Amino acid sequence: MIDKGTLWLVIIGLGVGSYTMRFLFLGFIGNREMPEWFLRHLRYTAVAVLPGLVAPLVVWPEATGGNLDAPRLIAAVVTIIASLVTRNIVLSIILGALSLYGGLYLLG
Amino acid sequence: MPTETTKSIFFRGVRDAAPFLLVVGPFALLFGVVATEAGLSVFETLSFSVAVIAGAAQFTALALMEDQVPTIIVLISALAVNLRMAMYSASLTPYLGGATLGQRAVAAYFLVDQSYALSILKFETNPDMTMPQRLAYFSGTVAAVCPFWYVFTFAGSLIGESIPESLALDFAVPITFLALITPMLRSRAHVAAAFVSIVMALLFVWLPFNLGLLVAGITAMMTGAEIERRTTLRSGGNA
Repeated sequence: MIDKGTLWLVIIGLGVGSYTMRFLFLGFIGNREMPEWFLRHLRYTAVAVLPGLVAPLVVWPEATGGNLDAPRLIAAVVTIIASLVTRNIVLSIILGALSLYGGLYLLG
Repeated sequence: MPTETTKSIFFRGVRDAAPFLLVVGPFALLFGVVATEAGLSVFETLSFSVAVIAGAAQFTALALMEDQVPTIIVLISALAVNLRMAMYSASLTPYLGGATLGQRAVAAYFLVDQSYALSILKFETNPDMTMPQRLAYFSGTVAAVCPFWYVFTFAGSLIGESIPESLALDFAVPITFLALITPMLRSRAHVAAAFVSIVMALLFVWLPFNLGLLVAGITAMMTGAEIERRTTLRSGGNA
């Protein structure tokens, strides 16, 4: 059982902390000029963070107890290829999902 | 793009973000279910989602609290999971920094993986967008995703029983993000950054508090920036 005092401390602390991180640059820097080297790094934020966020989920899926799983790996590959070929985000998601369910049905 | 009204750009944001409902809905539903099973009331569960509005951090905090981990460790771990939000905030600043303080304060609250990923892709590929257009697009992505975070958390805490595992919802997040990442790979520098990110995240996955992602993110950003610097030097550019 989770202690109610602890729970509210975590909800409020996590809420304030998360908001602070979100506000940090957007709020405090705003329109002020940032150095060119810093901006150059920022241009790569999305491609630097999102693949790293996804990679462990693909290689060691939690649902399989962290074991590499053929249907999930194939679905990831299908999604990547689909988005390279079609350049269409929604279509790629649908093809990835179809491949996941197909793979789980056939191999699972 | 300048000919488009802010209203139509708002709805473009809504349309672009709509598929992510397939991820956010079930994810929030699951949080509601798991939180209720952990003994949280409906009000506590909903407060959690409204205050934090970040799934991965919420699941982390909940799991650690159930393990009776010291509160300070719970907070540090869950905040570390959310450190990427600071990077998102920095990344959007060149595009939204010119908005009013009030607008930036509201945008900061709604800065989530989906609104960030869609907006940065849009802003980078359409550098001519005006500030109202950027804010309209960002708001559109938020409108299609964030309210459902609350609604499905609420629904999940009312249902309070497990969602069948056969739905394989765990893999909704990887698939939707993979589909988003590929269009971002516009240059050799972007591809190299993504590659370094994947390798480093896998190598440092053993680090506590999700710090492996931070290591991966920073090294990958440095890789991208360095390749860009060398490319512009070679081509005699002055950037």
